[in-house]
Amino acid sequence: MHARVTVTLKPGVLDPQGQAIVGSLASLGFSGIAGVRQGKVFDVALDKTDRAQAEAAVRDMCEKLLANTVIENYAIELRT
Amino acid sequence: MRTAVIQFPGSNRDRDMIAAITKISGRPPVVVWHKETALPEVDLVVLPGGFSYGDYLRSGAIAARAPIMEAVRAAADRGVLVLGVCNGFQILTEAGMLPGVLMRNATLRFVCREVRLEVVDTRSAFTSRYRKGEVIRCPVAHMDGNYFAEPETLKRIEDDHRVAFRYAAGTNPNGSIHDIAGIFNANRNVLGMMPHPENLIEPAHGGSDGRALFESLFDSVAA
Repeated sequence: MHARVTVTLKPGVLDPQGQAIVGSLASLGFSGIAGVRQGKVFDVALDKTDRAQAEAAVRDMCEKLLANTVIENYAIELRT
Repeated sequence: MRTAVIQFPGSNRDRDMIAAITKISGRPPVVVWHKETALPEVDLVVLPGGFSYGDYLRSGAIAARAPIMEAVRAAADRGVLVLGVCNGFQILTEAGMLPGVLMRNATLRFVCREVRLEVVDTRSAFTSRYRKGEVIRCPVAHMDGNYFAEPETLKRIEDDHRVAFRYAAGTNPNGSIHDIAGIFNANRNVLGMMPHPENLIEPAHGGSDGRALFESLFDSVAA
């Protein structure tokens, strides 16, 4: 089973990197960009086959390491 | 005073910290590798500056889960003094031993310069030798020093007088909320700070404003 974990900054948390990307996109001529928020993606390969077990394990990984839940949210997508 | 300095792969201010402690206390610290699971009997544990694990994932995130950190946490719970400087502060927040988080500098630039710090609270083993409101010089050198905490956490920190140091007006180098440069835990035996007091302890450094922090610590143990 594979899990894709997407970690994003919580709304309201300042993202200077995202702002710098907006500036760079504008300088390339892209217009109409209301904002960019930078995040992270983790692809986790698991030897578990049970979906519920896999989800529980990945959730635990997110809480303990992959995300800093003070400033970040995470989302988990599972696929076999 | 018995001290320990923890070394992680990528620590780089450990030698400065060892030199400062040895010069001021007259006794070299025990150096403890991050893979150890136990600490010697000490009065103070220091997490030095650097780029542990190359700042992979988030600054301090991997080091905060290193084997030695369980022992550091247990020591702090017993009342042992713990000082985290720069990357050490990042590690303490990632370990949940201090609230909040240190984000990328608002300028997106590495900042390496001297700032002014206001000593906000002297009622601690770390700051007793300073005067309340005193403004001291201190160098900073970091990429991720932008302190952030949620409003309710920030209110708790402020209400409990847990801000040890603030960047003095006009010198905030990283965008930290409330100009926070260093905070205590609730029991005031853990201090995390971004500036480097160990780099300003003698005239050869161009000043010695950092020295009183170490002298405060040694006072607290001698007392």
